Amino acid sequence: MRNWIKHVALGVLALMLLVGCSTEPPGSDSSEESGGSSGEGEKTIGFSVSTLNNPFFVTLNEGMEKAAESEGVKVQTKDAQDDPSKQVSDIEDMIQQKVDVLLVNPTDSAAIVSAIESANDAGIPVITVDRQADGGEIAAHIASDNVKGGEMAAKHILEKIESEGKVVELQGIPGSSAARERGEGFHNIVDEEGGMEVVASQPADFDRSKGLTVMENIIQGNPEIDAVFAHNDQMALGAIEALEAAGMNEDVVVVGFDAIDDAKAAIEEGRMEATVAQQPDKIGEKGIETALSVLNGEDVEEFIPVELQLVTGK
Amino acid sequence: MKHKSLGEWMQTLGSMIGLLLIIIILSVMSDNFLSLGNILNVLRQVSINALIAFGMTFVILTGGIDLSVGSVLALAGALTAGMLASGMDPVLAVLIGLIAGALMGAFNGLIITKGKVAPFIATLATMTIFRGLTLVYTDGRPVTGLSDSFFFEMIGKGYLFGIPFPVILMGAAFIILVFILRKTTFGRKVYAIGGNESASILSGIKSDRVKIWVYSLTGMLSALAGIILTSRLNSAQPNAGFTYELDAIAAVVLGGTSLSGGRGWLVGTLVGALIIGVLNNGLNLLNVSSFYQQVVKGGVILLAVLLDRKKSA
Repeated sequence: MRNWIKHVALGVLALMLLVGCSTEPPGSDSSEESGGSSGEGEKTIGFSVSTLNNPFFVTLNEGMEKAAESEGVKVQTKDAQDDPSKQVSDIEDMIQQKVDVLLVNPTDSAAIVSAIESANDAGIPVITVDRQADGGEIAAHIASDNVKGGEMAAKHILEKIESEGKVVELQGIPGSSAARERGEGFHNIVDEEGGMEVVASQPADFDRSKGLTVMENIIQGNPEIDAVFAHNDQMALGAIEALEAAGMNEDVVVVGFDAIDDAKAAIEEGRMEATVAQQPDKIGEKGIETALSVLNGEDVEEFIPVELQLVTGK
Repeated sequence: MKHKSLGEWMQTLGSMIGLLLIIIILSVMSDNFLSLGNILNVLRQVSINALIAFGMTFVILTGGIDLSVGSVLALAGALTAGMLASGMDPVLAVLIGLIAGALMGAFNGLIITKGKVAPFIATLATMTIFRGLTLVYTDGRPVTGLSDSFFFEMIGKGYLFGIPFPVILMGAAFIILVFILRKTTFGRKVYAIGGNESASILSGIKSDRVKIWVYSLTGMLSALAGIILTSRLNSAQPNAGFTYELDAIAAVVLGGTSLSGGRGWLVGTLVGALIIGVLNNGLNLLNVSSFYQQVVKGGVILLAVLLDRKKSA
């Protein structure tokens, strides 16, 4: 008899546990109101940035702060230090803080999805900046037209080496949309050209020191290189260090991306050929503008491109 | 026995008061800090470090150290993600992931005991090896396209009666591990080896075998943390868990466990992990620049090590 009771009790317990399981956060039904609870007067915009250890994002952040100041809104920046799990935590913290709108510059397109879904559940609109997210509800995406930028870089290289030679591609963080799109644009042009050979395509994760070591390794395997296309300037500058150490810098055309100050200086000095200028301050500015439009309930475009330009010595 | 645990309470008293102080200050300074949502949020963020730190407590109690936990986390997470992406049954994939973590830990234990290599050096080497294997396996890219299995999503993103599932896993692991450490002969052997290894061997304890089990346990807990992270991020990141060993060691030391082994307990480690988690979350809520956050975190770790030295002196 006792056994019978025990079995029923166990069964009920198991059932309760199963019923208790859910992938929805508690209280997610009532979340619609939470967006406005931080008061009418002061709007807060949260910005989760992949890293502030890169001048590009520092400039972007400054553009954002400047625009926010002139619009009279507050912007809070959280630096994920290129760690996807820290970024998720940062965003969760900002949801707890009840920011009114979230600007997100994902460290990783896939890993960011759960954080964006959490923001969606809390009724906070999300706008992605520079890099895209693989999922979740995105109000708008603001970025440079990276494919076009990659094409611009490739065309410039072709012009310089007369459409014939060996070219190295230093890729950004694999899987990030910037790396994918710049690479795509680059290959759109280079792969069409019979005389061009891409001798190495390796990721150096948008990082200068990795750009240096990866380039050093590539030089070991390919002593004859005519051009280098790096998905950002940090890697291009790292590659230049490697080429200079190997005494090859004179003959190799190096084109980067982003036009950070160091790269522009290197172009002035003739150490680097060109860079594709994104306009990070403009991206930041557009970010704030779009955030405010979303807050005011206006319709915004799904993709908001920010124009690019090629920067050369002359 | 009663006496001993009283001493431990005293050892951890400082950290507990510290945690309480931090909580009081943060709740005064930020309206959102003490909300239920944020408390659950902090606990979920803490769970990953806490699971690793629980294992690390066992290792440090034996007088060892395990630097490879972050790499084990990444490799086990990537393996599990790979199996899921190839369509394997999620329960099986998770089990194999956990076993893989335990085997990596056992490998550490074997090198340390049979190869007679200092734990610091042995796990420094395997930290690099496991990270390298993760990069080889993932080709340096995040592993994505995991299955939409409810079971796997529950692990990292789910809730049970409103409590985040990783927190439940942390709580369950805590209860089981406290039981092992307090109530089993295995637990007593762990303390004995750390207290005085040669004496414990003379009294018939097979210290090598205990150590291999301890490192396997840590490997498995790191793998569990890796699987939770993989589920939360819906992808396995090749650079996941980078420098997590430092957070875990910091939590253990903050909790009053002596780095020279033999003295310490899991309650302290939980408190230590909470201090680190609450600090991270609180500084974020207070809008402290992330650059300063690192300085503060480093300062707290330094303080903990200084306190540890004072105690053992």
